[in-house]
Amino acid sequence: MAADSTSTVVKELDYTGAERLSMNMGPQHPSAHGVFRAILTLEGETVVGVDAVIGYLHRCHEKLAENLAYVQYPSIASKTDYVAAMASELAYVMAAERLANFEVPKRAQYLRVLVGELQRVASHCLWLGTWCMDMGGALGGGATIFLYCIRERELVLDLFESLTGARLLYGFHQVGGVRYDVPEGWASECRTTVDLIEQRILEYEEMLEGNAFFMMRTQGVGVISRELALDVGISGPLLRASGVDCDLRRLAPYSSYEDFEFRVPVETAGDCYARYKVRMVEFRESIRIVRQILDGLPEGPISSRPGVKSLAQVRVPKGETYARVEGPRGEVGCYLQADGGPKPYRMKWRGASFSNLAILPHIIPGHGVADVVAIMGSVDPVFGEVDR
Amino acid sequence: MNATEARTRIVEFPGTVAGGDGDAIVVDVPAAQWAAFAEFAKDILGCTYFSFLSAVDWKDEGLEVVAWVDNLDAPFSVLMKTRLGVGVTSCASLATVYRGAGWMEREAFDMFGIHFEGHPDLRRILLDDDWVGHPLLKSYAVDTPYPPYR
Repeated sequence: MAADSTSTVVKELDYTGAERLSMNMGPQHPSAHGVFRAILTLEGETVVGVDAVIGYLHRCHEKLAENLAYVQYPSIASKTDYVAAMASELAYVMAAERLANFEVPKRAQYLRVLVGELQRVASHCLWLGTWCMDMGGALGGGATIFLYCIRERELVLDLFESLTGARLLYGFHQVGGVRYDVPEGWASECRTTVDLIEQRILEYEEMLEGNAFFMMRTQGVGVISRELALDVGISGPLLRASGVDCDLRRLAPYSSYEDFEFRVPVETAGDCYARYKVRMVEFRESIRIVRQILDGLPEGPISSRPGVKSLAQVRVPKGETYARVEGPRGEVGCYLQADGGPKPYRMKWRGASFSNLAILPHIIPGHGVADVVAIMGSVDPVFGEVDR
Repeated sequence: MNATEARTRIVEFPGTVAGGDGDAIVVDVPAAQWAAFAEFAKDILGCTYFSFLSAVDWKDEGLEVVAWVDNLDAPFSVLMKTRLGVGVTSCASLATVYRGAGWMEREAFDMFGIHFEGHPDLRRILLDDDWVGHPLLKSYAVDTPYPPYR
């Protein structure tokens, strides 16, 4: 965190008014979706420079991982991206499994995909709701979409609760498999839920795309070029909205993703609206994958690892690896250095939101102050993952 | 360019040792060639996507800087690593090659105290400016007190 710094990248406008103005936004700002501070340099209403200040939610995850055994850390991993805990847990256990050469049973792999896709639906619900609430009044009735989306997200969280006993941080994945199997009647409940959500998504689209204010505030706003997107290393829906056909589920399939049929949406405009379009298709594709799994969940064990009496019994041979998964926000990666002991020697967490947020200073200059909110919401940052 | 072609091209680059298997190429780069190799990876190998940059503290053997870049068209990835040497805390910056390295290097500076030469804006990113020490160094104990907090 840098307390009194000014922006280093300043866009020159042909501005003839009074001197530049520094405006503070955050760290407690409703549109930040967490604790985030932006020091904006303004010329009139136009932002010419942004200094993004992060770190308010830093909890030393990487240092913690060096001090916790391979079987202990996964439940902490869910606290990085707490809106998509299923994806972050998976990145860590996959890295450990790869180094230790643990086989994961087919049923466990399918269950991982199942919860991962349901998580994507829940996470996108939260994104859509909060983003539309940020743009608030202009959409005619500030919290309308927010309350609708939260209503649907609760249904998915209900499913997670009956599966794992928790609604936010699950501890579902473990090194070698998963911890819980689907209870009786869960599958039909899940089908009913996704049917309902699929139908509701149509309603949202009608509400939003028929709204001239929504279109004005998102189209042509916050354009990210393909070249900039790759160079900064943004991922997920942001990258795909900038014309890059990159989805890790397709590019480097993990956890049996190659068994499922789904479409990877790509848009070329690179603006807020393109990012919205990509996510709306992802909702449907996730639901499609969920249905495929419910139709063909293989029988068998859900974990390959026998129970252990002591934490130190799970050891991972010396080596390094980088495991990554396609979370709702993009590439969630875990770089592990193992030294043969029960704990990692070094763990680097590559949070999708960290890299996605790093795009802000490049795209915000030139926009009005009100657009900052629209752009930030379209990036969908989760600060637990930015600050780790 | 595919992974096999990339491996043969890397051999031509002086001083590097390529390892790893399949589409995940691991390259050991001499510290003096660090930025030059990054440019080579971007322009010649087509690794235009920047994933992450970080460091590992090998205690008595010094620090190691690692970076992961991808060629999304092939696809293959390159994990490039360089040993800075015992007691050395400076390294060439990649921020002018890949803009994504800007924040990643700030984090590595924050956590390991590595000075990235040529970085346009090297300052702490996650911790406060007046923080003492660099927490991810192995010499930094987990329970190091930080007044007024424990």
